[in-house]
Order: sequence, then C-alpha cells, then structure tokens
Amino acid sequence: MNAAYLIVGLPLAGFALLVWLGRRLGDPLAGWLATLVAAGAFAASVVTFAALVGKDDRHRLAIKQILTWVPVGGLHVNAALQIDPLSVTMALFVTGVGSLIHLYAIGYMKGDERFSRFFLLLNLFLFSMLCLVMADSFLFTFLGWEGVGLCSYQLISFWFERNSAAVAGKKAFVTNRVGDFGFMIGMFLIFNRFGSLTYRTVFADIGANGLAKGTATAIALLLFLGAVGKSAQLPLYVWLPDAMEGPTPVSALIHAATMVTAGVFLMARVSPILQLAPGARWTVAIVGALTALFAATIACAQDDIKRVLAYSTISQLGYMFLAIGSSAYAAGLFHMVTHAFFKALLFLGAGSVIHGLHDQQDMKKMGGLRRWMPVTFVTFLVAWLAISGIPPFAGFWSKDDILAFAWHQSPALWAIGVLTAGLTAYYMSRQVALVFLGEARWAEHNVAARAGAGPALAEEGSQAGPASTPAMEAGAVSGGAATGAEPGAGPDEHAGHGAPPHESPWTMAAPLVVLGVLSLVGGVINLPVHKLDYLTRWLEPVIGVAEPHVATGIKWMSFGVTLALGVVAIGLGLSIWLRTVYSETLEPAILRRAWLVDDALSAFVRKPGTAMADFAAYVVDKEIIDGAVNGVGGVVRGLGRRLRRLQTGYVRNYALGVAAGTAVILGYIVFRAGG
Amino acid sequence: MTVPGAWYLILSALVFGIGAVGLLIRRNVLVMFMCVELMLNAVNLTFVTFARMLDDIGGQAAVFFVLVVAAAEVVVGLGIIVAIFRRRADATADDLHILKG
Repeated sequence: MNAAYLIVGLPLAGFALLVWLGRRLGDPLAGWLATLVAAGAFAASVVTFAALVGKDDRHRLAIKQILTWVPVGGLHVNAALQIDPLSVTMALFVTGVGSLIHLYAIGYMKGDERFSRFFLLLNLFLFSMLCLVMADSFLFTFLGWEGVGLCSYQLISFWFERNSAAVAGKKAFVTNRVGDFGFMIGMFLIFNRFGSLTYRTVFADIGANGLAKGTATAIALLLFLGAVGKSAQLPLYVWLPDAMEGPTPVSALIHAATMVTAGVFLMARVSPILQLAPGARWTVAIVGALTALFAATIACAQDDIKRVLAYSTISQLGYMFLAIGSSAYAAGLFHMVTHAFFKALLFLGAGSVIHGLHDQQDMKKMGGLRRWMPVTFVTFLVAWLAISGIPPFAGFWSKDDILAFAWHQSPALWAIGVLTAGLTAYYMSRQVALVFLGEARWAEHNVAARAGAGPALAEEGSQAGPASTPAMEAGAVSGGAATGAEPGAGPDEHAGHGAPPHESPWTMAAPLVVLGVLSLVGGVINLPVHKLDYLTRWLEPVIGVAEPHVATGIKWMSFGVTLALGVVAIGLGLSIWLRTVYSETLEPAILRRAWLVDDALSAFVRKPGTAMADFAAYVVDKEIIDGAVNGVGGVVRGLGRRLRRLQTGYVRNYALGVAAGTAVILGYIVFRAGG
Repeated sequence: MTVPGAWYLILSALVFGIGAVGLLIRRNVLVMFMCVELMLNAVNLTFVTFARMLDDIGGQAAVFFVLVVAAAEVVVGLGIIVAIFRRRADATADDLHILKG
C-alpha cells in the first residue's frame, strides 16, 4: 500500500525536476521525463489497486499519513491519503489517461518554444488532481481542487501571446472562483457542525448521530455549487467552451477527461451527506439533466471542431450529475470513466486532425480526411460510436445505466436524458461527416487563403460572424491565414499550407489506438448483469448507499428507446451532413451563438455591471468608506491640535502636574480612609 | 532616651516638602536635580522609620532598591545635565522647552 505515496510523489518529483532541469532537457527529453513519471504513477496505482483487491470487502480502506498539516486549536487536519475503492479508481483512470495524453503531447507540442514548461504544468496538474482524489479530508481535497484550477488557468492561456487565450484563461479562473466559494462555505459549515474536516470523522459522526435535513441540504448544495463551477454545469459552464483556446492535449486531459469530473467525484465522495438531502439530490439531478440537454443543442450548431467537443463534454458531465442526483453514484462514476476514454480519444483525434491540417479548426473546411489520416479516422469512429451509445462500445453501457436510474428518479428526467442521447448521436455524426467523410474542402480553402488573405477573411467573417465569439473568429481566421492558430506546432511541417494533410507521428497515434481499444471494451468493467457489475460492487463499501432497484423491463424499454433514437439520429446526421455544408435551418443563429448566454453576460457586465462598479468605486468607496476613514483621522487630528498645548516643554509645569495629581490621589485615599 | 518614631516622620515630611517645593520653584537644573534627591531620601527615611516601628525588615529592603535606582538615576541625570551645560553655559530649566507640543 505504500506505493500510494508514489502515486502523488512521482508527479510532484517530475514537476520539481522539470522546474530545475526542464530547459536543459528541452524538446523532447523533458516530455519523455514527464511521461515516464506519469506512467510510474500509473504503475503505482496499479500496485495499490492490486493490494486493495487482495483484501476483503469491508477492509478496503487505508490511511497513509504524510504530515501534520494544520494543528490549530480545534482544527486538526493532516495531509493524508485515503486509499479506498473510490480514490483508487480515480487514481487509476487519472494516471492512465494522463500518461497516454502526456505521450501524445510529446508529438503535439514538438517545436514549441515553451516545451518544458508545458510538461512541467502537466505534471503539476497530475499531482494536484491526485491530491484531490486521494485526500482524506475536505481541506486536502480543496488544496488539489485549487491546484488543478491553477494549472487549468496556466494551460488554457499557455499561448498567452494570443489575447483570446489569455482572456479565456482568466474567464475560467474567475468562473471557477464562484464555485470555489461555495465549496469553502460548505467546508466552514461542515467544520462548524462536526468540528472536523476529515471524511471518515464526518461520515462516522453522521452514521452515529445523524444530521438534520436542513444542514445536510445546505452543505450538499454549497458543495454542489463548487462542483458546478469545476464541472462546468449550468449556470457556470461558460468557461469550458472558451477553455478550448489551450493546446489540444490540455483540452483532452483537463477539460474533458479528468479535472472537470472532479465535481462528480466530490458528489460521490460526500454521498452520505447527499443521501440525507433529497432536495439537494433533486437539484443535482435537474441541473445535470438541463445542462445535458442545453449543451447538446448548442453542440449541434458549432463549426469549430473542438468547440463541438467542449459542449459535448458539458453535456456528458450533465449525465453524470443526473446519475448522482438519481442516487446512482456508481453509474455516474462508470460514465465518468468511459467518458474519459472516449472523450479524450475524440479530443486527441481532433488534435490530430488540427495538426494534420496545419492548424485548421473549422469543420466546414475539412472533409474527406478518411483517406489521409486512417488511424485517426478509425479511432475517431470508435469514439463516435461510443459516445452515441451504440453497443457494444463503452458509452452505451454507462449511458444506458444512467438513463435506467433516471427513470427511477423521474420519467421526465429520463425523457430529457434520452432526448440528449439522440442529440449527441446527431451532432457527433455531423462532426464525423464534416471532418472525415464527404469531399475534401481543405484544398480549395488553402488555395484561397494563399491567393490573398483579404477575400478569405471576408468570407470567414460572413460565415462564422454571428456564430462565434471574437476569440473564436480570430482562431478560425488565423487557422487559414498565414499565422498558425496553434503556434505550438513545429514550423518545419507548416512551411507549405497547400501541403496535403498528413497522419500524425506514432507518439500521437499510439495513445489514439490505446484509447480506441478502451472505448471499445471499457464497458466490461460494469455490465448490467448480476455478478458482472464489477464497478458497482467494487465501489459499494465507499458509497454506502444501495442503488435504487430498477425493474428489468424498464431497463429493456429504456435501452430500446435510446438505441432506436441513437440509430435514427446517426442516420439523420450522416445523411444530412454528407451533402450539406451549411444550413440556416439546422444551425439557427441562436444555437450558433450558444443561446446568447455569452452575449447576455457581456451585455450585463457592460451596462449594469459597469454602473454597479462605478457606484461601488465612486460613491461607496470614495464617499462612504474613504469618508469614514478620513473622518476618523480628522477628528483625531483636531483633538491633537487642541491637546498639544498641554505639552508646554517647561519642566516645572510637568512637575506641578505630577504634584497636583499626587495630591489629588492622596486626598482621595485620606478621604476614603476617613470616611 | 529614644527619639519617638513620629519625629522621624515629621522630619522626612519636612525634607520631602522642601524637595517638592524646590523642584517646583527653582529654575537651575542642578538644584532641581538635588531636590529630587532630597525627596528620594525623605522617602527612604520614612521606610526605615516604619521598618523600625513595625519591626519589619521589608522597609529596609525597599531602601536598598531606592538607593540603587537613585544611583542609576544620578548617573543618567548628571550625564544629561553635563551635556546640557556643554552646549549652553547658563541654561535654566525654562530655556529647555524645545520639546513642547
């Protein structure tokens, strides 16, 4: 079990080493070091997992002390690792997917001038994420929570020379702060109620003394607010689409597979509290379902290959919260794992396409890539079928699991989930059709771009204009024009924009293949058959909540409806988008602009927001607060001006004062003694 | 014949009064300083007297503290006075009022 120390220790060591030696190692040695470290952490996770499997059901828990962290008054928090089925599951998939993406990034980031910095941050991210999932207390989890937030910020704005990237990083950070406050206040409440922040102590207290419904609801909702921020749910989802400004491996690792699932993990971790708060559970389920549907509609009308996937991620995270809200924690975590496989694969495939097409991100300017990038095409197909819920791919099992439990919670939630599943199949088919099938549209575009940037720019503006934020336009435009949208890619390969697309190097292709296999067979970890639902039974001692029983008939019905809808949606998506490239009816402006949420936000900030800030600055701060401070100063100064006359500088005056004072005191004492 | 204790107290009160009045009315820094010494020694006398009258050694012990503190005070005070007279030949206490508020 002591291998657990290595799980968090190795990425930290890798980070420290790269801080010292990163520049000297350079490209690609720094990347290999980081990958090795990630792989080492994965190996340590496997060893820990094996040790845990060796024990019997009820004893799968170990606490590994690292140090006494906060010994203040009544607050004792140790930095300690909690090794139990939940944390080991998380560690396994975080390090596993993380290692693959590290490997992929070696190829993807080749030639970037800040190559070693990228891997340094990836290792720091891995360390923070592992702290988050393996911590034994809320506070330690929160440390990791903030750590991943910091790395996410740094990596989104990794190419900070580009304004849009810098802005996107800020947006992510600020939006996350909102959620973090919820988390913090939730922690304060927990400490106030239980006097401890350690998971075991808190849950043992709940088990022994129970917890009032109101307190449980308040704590659960506040922690859920934190989860909403980190996992990009309504209404705090706005940062995730913009986070696609970061390098694609970052989008895959942080903004699809691992960090954004931290919220789901947190909800699963506090399942004993959530279970006592039905109101909070309903909130979680409804927010999840609405987010799933909302984001899926937007994904149907996006042109940027990564933006589609970003909205898809938000939508899939919504599924996970739907599962959590339906008390199906294992199902949520199951979907989290399978989603990590196929979504990371989709992102890496998208990165491969972007790389191969010389930084082109607009799907309308792709097409026919199946001939040029066979490995990427085949693996992307697997991921597409997985996310669309086609058996026997991994996504089918986990999504179906969730929908069955959603029916148990409420048929309305189930209906939303099924509708979302159909939309998912549709927009993913649209993406596959636009990128890999149909006729090649990149050649003519490249010619046009080379002929003159002017007309190309105008054409871009008219097409993408209302659809996307300025940041996106800049990305899309520069993709076709002379400067690369992703300046990290090697200049040598990008000399000729007219060059045909190329398949990616093996370091990028290998992770694709591995993730493809996982997306294909990942479902076996939790088959909905008695004795084969490994994950559910594995997590049972941690969750401590029996899954609601869903009748087999309902399961079959749900399965049938979803599958039928999925197949129809795939057929629709493919048949429409193989021939069409642009369609006003299918891509209404309001969807292209993501339901105008960003516009509404910026309008709100621009007018009333500025007015409020002005009021706060020029009235509240300048008049009231400064007035109070200056007023106190003025009063003291006036008093001092009067009182300073007492200090004459003549010793005799002081001596007289002392004598008179003594006389008064003596007189008083004598009077008292006499009286 | 033993002198009654009250006489000692009366003497010390007189000495204290002379010292206090001197401190208040004199302008010469050195004289004022000597007045302070008078007051201190008047207090010492009362301590000793009470120690004898009440048969308690505590009063005499206090005198030693006063003596030590007075000695230290003399060192500092004389140092300051000498420094003052080095700068200006005929300074009175009233001339030294630059520390006024």
